[in-house]
Amino acid sequence: MYDIIIIGAGVTGSFIARELARYKLNVLVLEKDFDVGNETTAANSAIVHSGYDPVPGTLKAKLNVEGNKMFDKVCDELDVSFKRIGSITVALDEAQMETLKALQERAKENGVETILLNREELLEKEPMLQKEVIGGLLAPTAGIIDPFNLCVHLMENAIDNGVTLKLNEEVTKIVKEDGLFVVNDQYKAKVVINATGVMGDIVNELVNDKTFDIMPRKGQYYVFDHFKRPFVSHTLFMVPSDKGKGVLITPTTSGNYLVGPSANLVARDEKSTDKQTLNNVRAQANNVIENIPYYETIRTFAGLRATPSTHDFIIEESETENFINVVGIESPGLASSPAIAKMVIDEIISKKFDLVEKEDYNPRVRRYVKLKNLSIEERQEYFKSNKDYGTIVCKCEQVSKGEIIDCLNRSCPPHSIKALKRRLRVGFGKCQGGMCQSVALEILAAHYGLDKKEIPYDGPKAFILLKKTKGEE
Amino acid sequence: MEQVRTYDLVVVGGGAAGLAAALTAYENGIEDILILEKEPWLGGILQQCIHNGFGLHTFKEQLSGPEYAQRFIDKVKATNIKYKLNSYVVSITKDKDVYYSNDEDGFCHIKARSIVMGTGSTERTPGAIMLEGERVSGILTAGQAQKYLNIDGYLVGKKVFILGSGDIGLIMARRMTLEGAKVMGVAELMPYSNGLSRNIAQCLNDFDIPLYLSHTVKEVCGKDHVEKVVIAKVDEKFNYIPDSEMIFDVDTLILSVGLVPYNIILEDIGTKMSSTRGAYVDENYQTSIPGIFACGNALHVHDLVDYVSEESNLAGLGAARYLKGELKEDGAVTLTKNGNGISYVVPQQYRLDNIEDKIAFKFRVRKPYSGVKLVIKADGEVIKSIVKPHLLPAEMETIKLPKSVLKEAKELTFEIKED
Repeated sequence: MYDIIIIGAGVTGSFIARELARYKLNVLVLEKDFDVGNETTAANSAIVHSGYDPVPGTLKAKLNVEGNKMFDKVCDELDVSFKRIGSITVALDEAQMETLKALQERAKENGVETILLNREELLEKEPMLQKEVIGGLLAPTAGIIDPFNLCVHLMENAIDNGVTLKLNEEVTKIVKEDGLFVVNDQYKAKVVINATGVMGDIVNELVNDKTFDIMPRKGQYYVFDHFKRPFVSHTLFMVPSDKGKGVLITPTTSGNYLVGPSANLVARDEKSTDKQTLNNVRAQANNVIENIPYYETIRTFAGLRATPSTHDFIIEESETENFINVVGIESPGLASSPAIAKMVIDEIISKKFDLVEKEDYNPRVRRYVKLKNLSIEERQEYFKSNKDYGTIVCKCEQVSKGEIIDCLNRSCPPHSIKALKRRLRVGFGKCQGGMCQSVALEILAAHYGLDKKEIPYDGPKAFILLKKTKGEE
Repeated sequence: MEQVRTYDLVVVGGGAAGLAAALTAYENGIEDILILEKEPWLGGILQQCIHNGFGLHTFKEQLSGPEYAQRFIDKVKATNIKYKLNSYVVSITKDKDVYYSNDEDGFCHIKARSIVMGTGSTERTPGAIMLEGERVSGILTAGQAQKYLNIDGYLVGKKVFILGSGDIGLIMARRMTLEGAKVMGVAELMPYSNGLSRNIAQCLNDFDIPLYLSHTVKEVCGKDHVEKVVIAKVDEKFNYIPDSEMIFDVDTLILSVGLVPYNIILEDIGTKMSSTRGAYVDENYQTSIPGIFACGNALHVHDLVDYVSEESNLAGLGAARYLKGELKEDGAVTLTKNGNGISYVVPQQYRLDNIEDKIAFKFRVRKPYSGVKLVIKADGEVIKSIVKPHLLPAEMETIKLPKSVLKEAKELTFEIKED
């Protein structure tokens, strides 16, 4: 019997879990996939918007602006990479400059600082802009973040503070009996929070009549390797038009670069990439920056956004009492996530429970070792404590066996190659795991006492190794 | 004060390139040599290449990859050359500081008077070729599948399609067939194969595995794991030809779409790089940073390991000459240029003064040719013209020119002349 069940361990569900973990509540998180943050959280632009863009008065505007301000503290507590590098929305003609001026007015209304820059001022910040770029709108508070580790560390911290997580637990049935919800015939709780992203309407309809639709919108991206040559140092946006927000070009916290996304409505389980769409992304990006190094592409990917038919976040108690929807969290969902969690607790949960703080609540995760960033002496200290810190497993990203084993011994550990890759960047680099995947498999298998072939790439059906060639049918 | 050990020569990578370079330097009087190898064994990728076909040029016999490697390993072990396994070089500096890490010494700083980079290559990834479709499990590079099969003893799937006719893919078509998998076909984007002719014959034809030229994977389908691949024919501009799709129900897609020199360390210190994505080198395989040399697949991708050994001998010799102060750093420099039909030429420059009697130039053509001439011009003047019955992009060409033919020119241009 739980006080609260959160369905969905994306960044929204994980943030709510982490904030609820502060209180004396019995909280369970159910996640359909084999890892947290495996859907939208794993495949987005990895940016924290400043909040100047959403229409004033919407939840998107309010929560984005509030959420943006909360990242410094939470990323410090959770040891997550976050940098306020600023975003620049660039204008390619006078009409777009006019739009930027209107956006600056909107920014004022939303309470977000922006600075209008002419071409010369822009070139000082971004020397590789195309000659057609005539000006831009700088939002200094915009940032880039590691969304994978934000979600993992949120959940790790939640679990450290008493929350229970069940992976591979897709919710297909919710009934209400005697004022309590019974989920999948197994888990009972007073309150259920639906944080299921692109599945939001389907899960809602397990208990409620249809009042909204969630339409998955697919965005495709290029990922570039990290390199030391100058490229872009801000998140560069295009002027939004009736065709959409357009593509962005941005560094990531790991020194890689993203170019994308496209935006197309698709079926719910469709995450394929295609050249035609990516070529369109490329054509748009080429309008902004000269000589984009597409030969540095190490991956292309697609992610789904949960676009709500209501055009705004849906954060409310549903018609069914104690069933709370936190859905339709499309862009700027990541930027809003801290404020979404706060709103859910302040405005909804606090009215249903007497919130008493745990005496031993710890908002911090144990610091992660990142050998790559340490001095020789510091590295040598780690090595003296454990020889595994001397063995570099992932060559491209320089991740040691010691770091992998530390990660495996935490409370939200990786069970798959993909989960390991997100946490520590093992296999994230130039060779995409070509050199180290078999070693990573071996370490995971040894840790869990399994055979290598039982360690999947992603979910349990996503096998890497089929069978042994000797002694096995 | 930190005591930093200084070696005359540090060789980064103990594969085919590194072993040959170290041995040649040793034979030329350099004894204080350390090889740093990231894997738990010497021999590099050769150790997973258990098929034969290695050594025909070097040893005049057919060897497997491990056998070929062992010949060099045995020689190294008979010398005073030191080597460390499981030792990954994290970075080097222009001043030839070398930082490496292993589970014996931890994270270490050493210095070198010269360095040979033999860091090999990596396989092009699904992302690098913008593979279309779902990102599910069951998509592997040929080398990955080869390591799982030949080193670890696991089969990755039982119904396989292969994209790309690179040699590793062809070898894996045969190897997986022998292990009981069904290889449904090989698709090659180009209208010609990218593998050696002997591999097409021995790995595909002998096993009735179809090769689809001018075809590529249009879509990978599957929910969790690969369930099928859609193949389509392409025109000269690589656009899909409508209604040419074929669907294969498979559980594995193997990619053999080329290798890329692996040079993170050199790129990080601003070494001048060439269009091969390897370092820009001179006649002694010296990079733009004095005393740092590069050879093997880290420099440009080779078809045969024999050629890697041969080239690495020259890099090892170059390092030895550098250490003995025999290399001139001034004097006129000639740049090599790829003219019509040539995709690259190695080395990218030479100093006539530093060539002892002859120099080998390696190049590849951009497309297949037959009955053409290879013309070499020094500042526009033809100094050599050779009839070439057949030239294929898949086959690296080598031409050795005596010093006497070479002129003090600004540019030496290689081009294909069609009649």
